[in-house]
Amino acid sequence: MTTRMGFFTDTSVCIGCKACEVACKEWNDVPDDGLNFLATSYDNTGALSADTWRHVAFVEQPGRWLMSSDVCKHCTHAACLDVCPTGALFRTEFDTVVVQSDVCNGCGYCVPACPFGVIDKREPDGRAWKCTLCYDRLKSDLEPACAKACPTDSIQFGPLDELRERAATRVGVLREAGVVDARLYGADENDGVGGFGAFFLLLDDPEVYGLPPDPVVTTRDLPGMWRVSAGAALALAGAVAAAFARRW
Amino acid sequence: MTRDYYGRPVLKEPVWKWYIPAYFFTGGLAGASSTLALAARASGNRPLARSALLASSAGIAVSGPLLVVDLGRPARFLGMLRVAKPTSPMSVGSWLLAVFGPASAIAAATDVSGRMGRVGWAAAAVAGVLGPAVSTYTAVLVADTAIPAWHDAYRELPFLFAGSSAASAGGVALALTPVGDAAPARRLAVVGALAELAAARSMESRVAGPYENGQAGRLARAAEACTAAGAVAALAAGRRRGVAVGAGALLAAGSMLTRFSVFRAGFESAADPAATIGPQRARLEAVPGDEPVRRRQADERVRGVPSAHERRI
Repeated sequence: MTTRMGFFTDTSVCIGCKACEVACKEWNDVPDDGLNFLATSYDNTGALSADTWRHVAFVEQPGRWLMSSDVCKHCTHAACLDVCPTGALFRTEFDTVVVQSDVCNGCGYCVPACPFGVIDKREPDGRAWKCTLCYDRLKSDLEPACAKACPTDSIQFGPLDELRERAATRVGVLREAGVVDARLYGADENDGVGGFGAFFLLLDDPEVYGLPPDPVVTTRDLPGMWRVSAGAALALAGAVAAAFARRW
Repeated sequence: MTRDYYGRPVLKEPVWKWYIPAYFFTGGLAGASSTLALAARASGNRPLARSALLASSAGIAVSGPLLVVDLGRPARFLGMLRVAKPTSPMSVGSWLLAVFGPASAIAAATDVSGRMGRVGWAAAAVAGVLGPAVSTYTAVLVADTAIPAWHDAYRELPFLFAGSSAASAGGVALALTPVGDAAPARRLAVVGALAELAAARSMESRVAGPYENGQAGRLARAAEACTAAGAVAALAAGRRRGVAVGAGALLAAGSMLTRFSVFRAGFESAADPAATIGPQRARLEAVPGDEPVRRRQADERVRGVPSAHERRI
């Protein structure tokens, strides 16, 4: 296993240019996601999807703009990967989570499993797609297309350890300067998904950017689910046996 | 009132179509029927064993195509057996069905041809033992997602599906079996129906919202009415075959409506940002620590904090 690589998206310097969205589409040959007018600020992309692997959110607030480039979180405990029945979703040598499109059979289980609503099925194609953290570029020692294209270094790519240190320093600087809202999102290894491989510096609550404030990997409760299910199965078997008792 | 991003959902709605809840019904019916068949055969009730085996093999025969058709790449359905993953209820279910399906078919075929023999018995035993798992794993399959209405109901869903499966298996066997041999089917149908009604009530009291309102709520009420009426009809049927057939139809309809209600509830829950954000925010607020910071942030937000750029950072 090589070093864990990831993204640190510092939204305090995002200027909403959407170069990341474009660069991602161009490099990864991601299909058209529709020419839509959503009438929500400057965001006509809407959300991450099978055909949108970077999404810039725009939030207009009194006295300020919030802009943030969202992406797959490449969770430490990834629900999509856990529930994938074919093994199409796998963890790479960079500790990122990638779909093998030659294996995916389009069962769709990963879609409702993701606590961030990232991965989705591409309809005409039938398979599930999401950010690969530019697996092909990483293999060639190149940084992912979105990070490369970002003009303000809002999207930073690198070894996750270094990014976390850099992010902690950055939050300190911002708070010192009076930006008390600055906080890291997904940098804590003790959160519900074991920390993100792609984490963020936000200036407001995560939900304001369309992100879940306290995501938990659903498979954390799976042992309990199997136990309840075993109990229910035994009860069913017991009910059948009892139905044949001589007298009722 | 939770905050959100232009009212957009946090989660993606499932991409599964009606084939999936239809399979939850046919698979549940097949599973419980195979167990009923095994018990009937063991107790020497051959007519009941025959009808339960037919229900089981018919249910599972329909299930396969329903599952394959729902895949984005149906030709790759064998990819389901590429790996075995206990973390994926769908993988566990695929392996269950890979054994259960053929066993159920062999059991039914050998029974109908009158050559049950050792192979037939073995097949019936395998299907009968796996049956309860086939009926309940689908509850884990939906619960093991990020969708609040599904995940938060994981303690009730397996019992709901078990009861629903028992009600449908008992009901269908009751309808297909001569009245003299149908008593155990009637008992299973009634007990299953009561369990289904009780589990649904318990689930709705804990995970309200989607199961009470909208389309899922309407389906749940229709399911309840059908199941309750079916149970009453099963008890009242006596030696009247026509009433028994009606009871079986009502119980099967109730069972299917239950699965469609659960299925719809997942879509409605996923589409509602407050359903995702609300409980998570409440969880964070319950943890002491960052509270002063958050309150200060809220105060400054109201006053209108100057932006980072305005402060030249």
